[in-house]
Amino acid sequence: MKFITANFDQYDGKDIQAYIGLDGFSGLKKAIEMGPLATIEEVKESGLQGRGGAEYPTGRKIEQARIEKAERKFVICNADEGEPGTFKDRELIKKDIYQLIEGMIIVAYCANANEGVIYCREEYDWMHEHICTSILKCKEMGYLGDNILDTGFSFEISLFSGAGSYVCGEGFAMCESMEGKSGRPRSKPPYVKQEGYLNYPTLVINVETLSAITAIMKFGTSNFTDLGTPDCPGTKVISISGKVNKPGVYEVPFGKTLEEIIALAEGVKGDKRIGFVQIGGASGGILPESALKTQFTYRELKSKQVSVGSGAIVVADEDDNILDYLENVGQFFIHESCGKCVPCREGNRQLEILLGKFKHKTATIDDVKMYKDILDMMSEASLCGSGRTEPVPFKTAFTYFEDAFALGGSHEIL
Amino acid sequence: MVETRVIDGILGAYQNDAVNLLQILLKVQSVEPKNYVSEEVAMYVANHLDIPISRVYEVVTYFAALSHKPQGKHVIQICNTTVCQLNGFNEVLKWFKDALKINPGETTADGLFSMKLTPCIGACDISPAIKIGTNVYGNLTKEKVEEILSELRGAIS
Repeated sequence: MKFITANFDQYDGKDIQAYIGLDGFSGLKKAIEMGPLATIEEVKESGLQGRGGAEYPTGRKIEQARIEKAERKFVICNADEGEPGTFKDRELIKKDIYQLIEGMIIVAYCANANEGVIYCREEYDWMHEHICTSILKCKEMGYLGDNILDTGFSFEISLFSGAGSYVCGEGFAMCESMEGKSGRPRSKPPYVKQEGYLNYPTLVINVETLSAITAIMKFGTSNFTDLGTPDCPGTKVISISGKVNKPGVYEVPFGKTLEEIIALAEGVKGDKRIGFVQIGGASGGILPESALKTQFTYRELKSKQVSVGSGAIVVADEDDNILDYLENVGQFFIHESCGKCVPCREGNRQLEILLGKFKHKTATIDDVKMYKDILDMMSEASLCGSGRTEPVPFKTAFTYFEDAFALGGSHEIL
Repeated sequence: MVETRVIDGILGAYQNDAVNLLQILLKVQSVEPKNYVSEEVAMYVANHLDIPISRVYEVVTYFAALSHKPQGKHVIQICNTTVCQLNGFNEVLKWFKDALKINPGETTADGLFSMKLTPCIGACDISPAIKIGTNVYGNLTKEKVEEILSELRGAIS
């Protein structure tokens, strides 16, 4: 299934003429022909939701950006792909960056923004030159710069490198880092869309979302909504990794079961059974093998307390220990917490202590209560979306792997 | 410290504007042979951007990609996050520790290699993976690790 990734391996990802030969920039031309308002309606119609993990309806997001009035307005492409297990944006940049840039131009045109930034994570520094070169080629061809395609609309894009901070994928933390400060989220409101980068209205939008906008404009909304399910249209670019035979990036229509998706990666290594899977990134939910018949849609996953998130699927086999895995997730959050708010900064440390007790089978009833209380407190009281979703893997693991959380004394102590 | 005209060039490319501090520091660190932002350089940058040195240190110490301590010529970043943990991070770490006789956070006596643990580098499809400079190496085996190290050692002599 190829919609967003239709151009993958059809050209080398660098040659702009080859991209144009594949009907490149026809989505932009169509958007210009239709005008900003009709284009926004088209994106709304497609049902597209933010693909970085926040799942905010994209059409509405662009519309809200359009309404903001200011001297300067920014579109930031969020290429700070930091969710462990996620590498689909890497492929979208490497194999079809012009589709991404075209999406940025369409969005900027609709939102009436003249300045764009691709915020790419430092870990992808090996692609930074590729990004800059591609921006320049678009400029040479007149797709960026002044008076794009005789519309009177002007738009420029520059590259900004992150510096190894997971939290900077959050809108405000990203803006802070771009302003030469440590990347810590700000309190809301005002929101990024109102007062973001340099306190100007800023539209932060994920690589895949932008790429999807181009594809939707190029192939037509109905061709997108024909895929997937009626309540969850379209396709999703998924990163599958872990104990599978063929890890990689796969585009799938919504509505496939998790089992079917994992089968694309040709099953578990060494003919073992699946132990558990984590969906959507480090702050994504963890499901047991018995839940793999669940359909991959926003609603179905939600019914299992899981979300689509970044679209990562990490597969562990029957020999992998869920508590070791959770400990690793927790250490990641401890390392990446910006330290600004107490629930995330301290909560993760307390979770680490409690997980140790579960692991050594010394946990008491009070520890279980504390574990749940800390998770609730983190979800309720953290400042940013990162802190609020960090409890998800710990909660879902507790729900689906009760045995691992047995109290001290009730199991044999090893 | 690297020549001041190199730093001046970097500052100029970013309009001597403190708003670009993070990009300036990444560039400055990349031209410093020991891969770090020294106190001397931090002071120089702060003075030229007309900001307190504490602001420079706030940024240098916050971001994982920046260092205020000297590092080896090659910084070996070993991914220790979920997917690599499942796929053999512990072994990869041991191979590097055995070969270099250092622990994460340390630098070899000859100043060639530093080793550090890093969260996900987005190479989960070739996990277990590491990153050295702008190169990503995946599907690591003991032999591959030895190969990488001898190649990097050879490139110096």
